[in-house]
Amino acid sequence: MSVDLGMPQGHGLEGVPTADEPQTRKDFSSDQEVRWCPGCGDYAILAAVQGFMPELGLRRENIVFISGIGCAARFPYYLDTYGLHSIHGRAPAIATGIATTRADLSVWVVTGDGDALSIGGNHLIHALRRNVNMTILLFNNRIYGLTKGQYSPTSEPGKVTKSTPFGSIDAPLNPLSLALGAEATFVARTIDSDRKHLTTVLSAAARHRGTSLVEIYQNCPIFNDGAFDAIKDPETRDDAIIPLVHGEPIRFGVDGRLGVVRTPGGGVDVVEVDESNAADVLVHDARADDATTAFALSRITDGGAVRRAPIGIFRQVDRPTYDDLSREQAVLAGEAPSLQDLLDGPDAWTVA
Amino acid sequence: MTASKSTEELTRVVIRFAGDSGDGMQLTGDRFTQETADFGNDLSTLPNFPAEIRAPAGTLPGVSSFQIHFADYDILTPGDHPDVLIAMNPAALKANIGDLQAGGTAIVDAHEFTDRNLKRVGYESNPLEDGSLSDYQLHAIDLTGLTVGAVEEFGLSRKDASRAKNMFALGLVSWMFGRPIDGSVAFLGKKFAGSPAIRDANVAALRTGYNYGETTESFAVSYVVKPAVIPSGRYRNITGNTALSYGIVAAGQLSGLQVFLGAYPITPASDILHELSKHKAFGVTTFQAEDEIAGVGAALGASFAGSLGVTTTSGPGLALKGETIGLGVMLELPLVIIDVQRGGPSTGLPTKTEQSDLLQAMNGRNGEAPVPVVAAQSPADCFDAAIEAARIAVTYRTPVILLSDGYLANGSEPWSLPDVASLPRIEPDFATADPDAAFLPYARDPQTLARPWAPPGVAGLEHRIGGLEKADGTGDISYDPANHDHMVRLRQAKVDGIAATIPEIEVDDPDGHAKILVIGWGSTYGPIGAGCRRARVAGHRIAQAHLRHLNPFPANLGEVLAAYDRVIVPEMNLGQLRSLLRAKYLVDAEGYNAVRGMPFGAAELGKHFIELCIKEGE
Ligand SMILES: Cc1ncc(C[n+]2csc(CCOP(=O)(O)OP(=O)(O)O)c2C)c(N)n1
Ligand code: SF4
Ligand SMILES: [Mg+2]
Repeated sequence: MSVDLGMPQGHGLEGVPTADEPQTRKDFSSDQEVRWCPGCGDYAILAAVQGFMPELGLRRENIVFISGIGCAARFPYYLDTYGLHSIHGRAPAIATGIATTRADLSVWVVTGDGDALSIGGNHLIHALRRNVNMTILLFNNRIYGLTKGQYSPTSEPGKVTKSTPFGSIDAPLNPLSLALGAEATFVARTIDSDRKHLTTVLSAAARHRGTSLVEIYQNCPIFNDGAFDAIKDPETRDDAIIPLVHGEPIRFGVDGRLGVVRTPGGGVDVVEVDESNAADVLVHDARADDATTAFALSRITDGGAVRRAPIGIFRQVDRPTYDDLSREQAVLAGEAPSLQDLLDGPDAWTVA
Repeated sequence: MTASKSTEELTRVVIRFAGDSGDGMQLTGDRFTQETADFGNDLSTLPNFPAEIRAPAGTLPGVSSFQIHFADYDILTPGDHPDVLIAMNPAALKANIGDLQAGGTAIVDAHEFTDRNLKRVGYESNPLEDGSLSDYQLHAIDLTGLTVGAVEEFGLSRKDASRAKNMFALGLVSWMFGRPIDGSVAFLGKKFAGSPAIRDANVAALRTGYNYGETTESFAVSYVVKPAVIPSGRYRNITGNTALSYGIVAAGQLSGLQVFLGAYPITPASDILHELSKHKAFGVTTFQAEDEIAGVGAALGASFAGSLGVTTTSGPGLALKGETIGLGVMLELPLVIIDVQRGGPSTGLPTKTEQSDLLQAMNGRNGEAPVPVVAAQSPADCFDAAIEAARIAVTYRTPVILLSDGYLANGSEPWSLPDVASLPRIEPDFATADPDAAFLPYARDPQTLARPWAPPGVAGLEHRIGGLEKADGTGDISYDPANHDHMVRLRQAKVDGIAATIPEIEVDDPDGHAKILVIGWGSTYGPIGAGCRRARVAGHRIAQAHLRHLNPFPANLGEVLAAYDRVIVPEMNLGQLRSLLRAKYLVDAEGYNAVRGMPFGAAELGKHFIELCIKEGE
């Protein structure tokens, strides 16, 4: 038997009370001393988030940041909102309990590549498929920072680290391919060093109702410096970053000399674009029901070494959220009946 | 009852219904239980089913049974040995006949005793004919044939028709013990409302079974077990898992908190998830998580957000939840963790009972992570135990582990229904913002040492907490050695201090002069009580005490233990409570231990107690 669940919808922040007064970046900075290494990409992300929070215009007390364990996971301490620094990998599960019981909260998860994809991989995929209304920021530095530099599930094969002196023999995974396979409704990628892009993506992610997964390429100058050089180096980046804009042809490179086209095999490929093939360039449709093209786009990025990467919103579709449905069932259940009647049940008897 | 047959009066009877997993023995037992409750006897039940859902039909692993003990006085256990065994096939006979009381009655479906079925379970010859059952009163009846004959008019297939044979058996046993069957007729009417032919066939089989007893000559006697003298009040029959679920619903109502259950299915705890998922109207949200870790994580998140977070599991799941429970200890948030224990280690005996998770509950976390532990002692008591666990969790802002077990979960007994209005309130006492002072998330209530509970949504109470050590008061991260030592002691002192609000342990020592104290915890309450009763009836002095709280122990426990020459601790483990008592009170406690996946028998404990008493000259 199954039941038709309907389509409760709205944007991601609906139900969260808004602030009476305009806010500033300072309102969101806590009194805690930030303790990341100098030059860590986490600083830039923190600054972007603190700077962008006032734009959302939500009451601070209705915002919750939940993290697991790792360098990235220290994030909540530095924001003057409610925060929970939990245990390794479990933040999406904890956030599910928070989001399901409180429609009035804006729920954010901050996680690392080890936290989200290794120890917490199970919780991540299940949060995505349930589509719980929360925004997951996955700080991908492709290394275990906090434990001092072991390879992670996103490190390139052959990587030499403390735990792999002869090179890593693990096959890496692609976080966005994983998310799309897990039925995610909002999948995006951005870069720590591009504040403007980061802010745009986060703003869309927060407004999406459901689980938004945002992979943020984050440099760890101590244990994995330069992991994203190909897409950051002014020399190479134009040909390496592929901005995805919904409704626009996917063109990039100096003067748009490159573009993404479909291949006969069902995938996509990067080609040089001229007049003869300009019409073949794929027009990005983040709203496509079918995730196949989004998946193909996610495959442009090599496993491990990042030589070329689409950034922006890969997929953004509407689907009922777990927490909305759960609350709706509670409403449909009606007023609380009598507890005494429940306890007595239908077969009670009286002894005189 | 017809005058032509004689009746005999008994004070207590134990009946076991046994058959194939597909024979409907649990349903038959449930119905007989309800009839017995309606009649007014005291009762206690014990279902016993295989871990396999449908092991191959007719095999020993596929046998499922249901035992009921009922009496005209208050009883404490589901009974050791059945007086009457109903065996629906050779496998059921073979698996259960060894437990039947010498001289007891065996009613078997002779129809199933074919060469093939006999061979399947290793009978060389037919036990119904070879004299091997001569110690028992054997009634070999063609239950299948009689049932099929009785329901002929309803036009069912032979297979469907023969399915009603459990109702024939129920009718027959109901007649034997003078149980009213009207309730069961009404029950069948409801259950099969959608398929009139099946409904009518089942009712007809039930009535025919009843009449068969009355008319056939092979049943010369029927039995009377008079209603028990039970304190006046309203009662219902209830299993431990249902009572526990109701306790959680009640805790939500008594505290005014929403209840959030995060759970992953596991035998024998799943029925709590099933039950609670029906009660959304009471503000209960259930979340079937991807695993046990997510179940407790989501529950802890819900508690952070201001709900009463609850998670249910069994031993293997508790092992997975350990790290999150430790986080709960650090965050100092309310959280109720329910462990319905089963046979371990590892997958162990999933459908059997055991009480071997006590030390896991006490210690199964890294660091100094004290967690209050509460245990239920009987099926109906699961209700009170759940409310108590919630009270401690909310009042002291702490994870609490509630221990039940497979026997309590599925066993049932009459429950003296509480008056909801008289149940104690639970005060969440949420933090409020003080505009003149900074919020200190780790400030302490001087009485309970509990910290403020400040769910998101309140301006001025924004705070960040986590698993890293906290500075006292502010809750900021602190690596200071002295602070850590202080906080470790503070968390321990908070849990120890709960003893101030739990009742002292009471000792049942009729004349106050016993030298031997038997002390237990959890589901051994019934068997220990029954064992002590036997010793006393035999003229011995023995005292009994039972622990609801395992951490902290009641304040007077040390004194109580010191007052006896010998302290005996029966447990369905190798001595877990005993080791705690020895460590804490330096008392030379002695164990009585069996880990068979079955509750202790009253006779077994009685015999042990009597031997001890004789040795002590008691
Ligand atoms: C249960 C558990 N196992 C292991 C650890 C140790 N540990 C802490 S962080 C971490 C890896 C973090 O890597 P990542 O999530 O990529 O975060 P980063 O530090 O790179 O930001 C590990 C293995 C832990 N804290 N808890
Ligand atoms: S180790 Fe790397 S990720 Fe961690 S704080 Fe330092 S630079 Fe940042
Ligand atoms: Mg990392």
